[in-house]
Amino acid sequence: MTTELTVTRGRGAEPRPPRRDDNDDIGPGKLSWRYRLTRLDVKFSPYVYIAPFFILFAVVGLFPLLYTAYISLFEWELGADEQPFVGIENYTALLADSQFWNAMVNTFSIFAISTIPQLIIAVLLAVLLNTALRGRTGWRMGVLLPYVASLVALTIIFGDLFGVQYGTVNNILELFGVDRIDWQADRWWSHVAIATMVNWRWTGYNALIVLAAMQAIPRDVYEAAWVDGASKVRQFTSITLPMLRPTLIFVVVTSTIGGLQIFTEPLLFSPSAGANGGATHQYQTVVLYMYQAGFQSQDLGYASAMAWILFMVIIVIAGINFLLTRRLASSGEA
Amino acid sequence: MRYRRAGLAKVLACTAVLATVATACGSGGSGTSPDGKVELTIATFNEFGYEELLKEYEAANPNVKVTQRKTGQGAPHHQNLFTKLGAGSGLADVEAVEEGFLSQVMAKSGQFEDLKEIGPKDVREDRWLQWKVDAVTTKDNKLIGYGTDIGPLAMCYRKDMLAAANLPSDAEGVKALFATWDSYFEAGDKYVKATGKPWFDSAAQIFNPMHNQAETGYFDRDDKLVIETNDDKKIFDQVTAAVAGGQSAKLAAWSPEWETGFKESAFATKTCPSWMLGVIEGNAGPDHKGKWAVTAAFPGGGGNWGGSYLTVPKQGKNKAEAAKLAAWLTAPEQQIKAFKAKGTFPSQTQALISPELLNQTSEYFGGEKVGLLFAEQANKVAAAQYKGPQDGEIQDNVVSPALTSVEQGTSPEDAWKQVIEGAKKAAK
Repeated sequence: MTTELTVTRGRGAEPRPPRRDDNDDIGPGKLSWRYRLTRLDVKFSPYVYIAPFFILFAVVGLFPLLYTAYISLFEWELGADEQPFVGIENYTALLADSQFWNAMVNTFSIFAISTIPQLIIAVLLAVLLNTALRGRTGWRMGVLLPYVASLVALTIIFGDLFGVQYGTVNNILELFGVDRIDWQADRWWSHVAIATMVNWRWTGYNALIVLAAMQAIPRDVYEAAWVDGASKVRQFTSITLPMLRPTLIFVVVTSTIGGLQIFTEPLLFSPSAGANGGATHQYQTVVLYMYQAGFQSQDLGYASAMAWILFMVIIVIAGINFLLTRRLASSGEA
Repeated sequence: MRYRRAGLAKVLACTAVLATVATACGSGGSGTSPDGKVELTIATFNEFGYEELLKEYEAANPNVKVTQRKTGQGAPHHQNLFTKLGAGSGLADVEAVEEGFLSQVMAKSGQFEDLKEIGPKDVREDRWLQWKVDAVTTKDNKLIGYGTDIGPLAMCYRKDMLAAANLPSDAEGVKALFATWDSYFEAGDKYVKATGKPWFDSAAQIFNPMHNQAETGYFDRDDKLVIETNDDKKIFDQVTAAVAGGQSAKLAAWSPEWETGFKESAFATKTCPSWMLGVIEGNAGPDHKGKWAVTAAFPGGGGNWGGSYLTVPKQGKNKAEAAKLAAWLTAPEQQIKAFKAKGTFPSQTQALISPELLNQTSEYFGGEKVGLLFAEQANKVAAAQYKGPQDGEIQDNVVSPALTSVEQGTSPEDAWKQVIEGAKKAAK
């Protein structure tokens, strides 16, 4: 940091050196040195200013990422005497592991039934919050509350609500004469319960981001549309959605990344809080399986291979979603 | 100490891993302080009751300064232990290890000191119950831990509920019901027939002690998986038959539903290590005071669930001093003080005949002399079963979930296939 400071101070204190071609008679002495310094300053200072982030990223982001790839090529057991190199064996074993594919299906199932309704509700919620409501700020703060609350506390409460024998949801269902649902044993219903927790937490958060973008849409566009006789629905599909595009892309991509990494909810949903994801892994997600392989079976090489495959999958899915969102949200435009 | 895989434990474990990474570099230490004192660290979890004892030790040994690192839950403590074993530095001079994680530690016994070698010579193995020592002795006859506490098993039962089913309910009468597993399941059948209600909390809670009583566990002494040839299939069939007969309340231990189950009187009996009494009292609440009872009987003899050891990792600086501290803490006199402070049930033969222990009673359990009762149960434990390196993993991640799946409707045959497949994968 000290070098940056002196460089900056040098620029501020001294007048900017004249350009070289105006001072041909002055030799390549002191001024030229100063000139070069200034050139360097202009050229590199911006990089130095943003360096802290990238240095930190390299240490806590890039390095672990690459090191994970390295570990994934070994049979790496935590604390074992030796870690033999096995090449791509972890990857081939993983691709033949039915538990991994089961976890993948669970992840996508939970992802789909959480992210899709969540984003649709978030946009509709944003539209509602954007209207002239009484006590607007209160409502807007209200939707963010689930996000502020501790995830662990929420999950424990939801675990109670979705209890099989003494859970509130089942008690209410019974009150209406509906059969009790085994939220633990039934694969589909366990996904629904977990997706509910995810939606509860993230819908409001996404709604607020969409709302912020909505408020940035100029009023006169709507006025012009209104003069042209466009209905509210038409305004929404032809103005609001296209103009929300960059924000929607952001929200969809971040939700995809988050949705494919669901961990805490299924972990705590399990009655004995194991990483097993239910008795027959019926709601074990990929991240949960990765945790189990890495920190319970202590097979870090295998877990690392899983981390990399998940990383690839997330990049592909986020890419697809990016393209889809760009398509969908621009449909109103020419 | 207590073997408790509670909800928060795993989550805390994750944060502990992060914390470990962040602090791994900062916890080296030279071993001696500037004023020439020997600096020792001891890492424990939950409550070992050592706070006052460590002050006492410092007073008796003015050249030693002891720092205690306490972790709230067992899981993050052991997570940290394994991570730093892998890293090769950062562990405390004395590390506590819980029975449930012992098989993993034994698999890495090369990284721990042989206490027979570096420990004080006056510490003899007959300080502890034989099975407690055997469990921490390696195949090449090294002792890598000093025993602290244990969790001898007895049977807890609801007096009122047994009486309602016309079963004997006094402490002597029930002993016949809890004599063998056959008599236990038979009584369960009678109970279910009479009341239509379940007999025990969950299948895994019955299977585990039955499995631990068998001569051979999941692995033989050559660490070969023997789950297909040992008694486990027979035990599995016996337990799943009881589930089919309606004996299981299907409440997985430590789940919120299980905790509610105590209040709702969902089951009549509970396999009961010494530390379970406090759990039952906490979960069942004052409304059920005097209804729960405990008796000095356990089907098939005795058993143990929980308890810990103090180990000295090789990476420490003052290993001889560390062993000396561990030896002093695990002496009967000190463990009795820890028992009085935090209720950790001692594993030392001399402590088990101490009047302070034998006179302990539980008001919640009808004034029962629980100290005497559990001391008696501790002596009934026949032998330490040999545990292979993946023993805990198979128990927690393979067999217990398979039993849960039977309770959720999977056929026992399919569940057993799941067990074999999972155990083979874990043992690979």
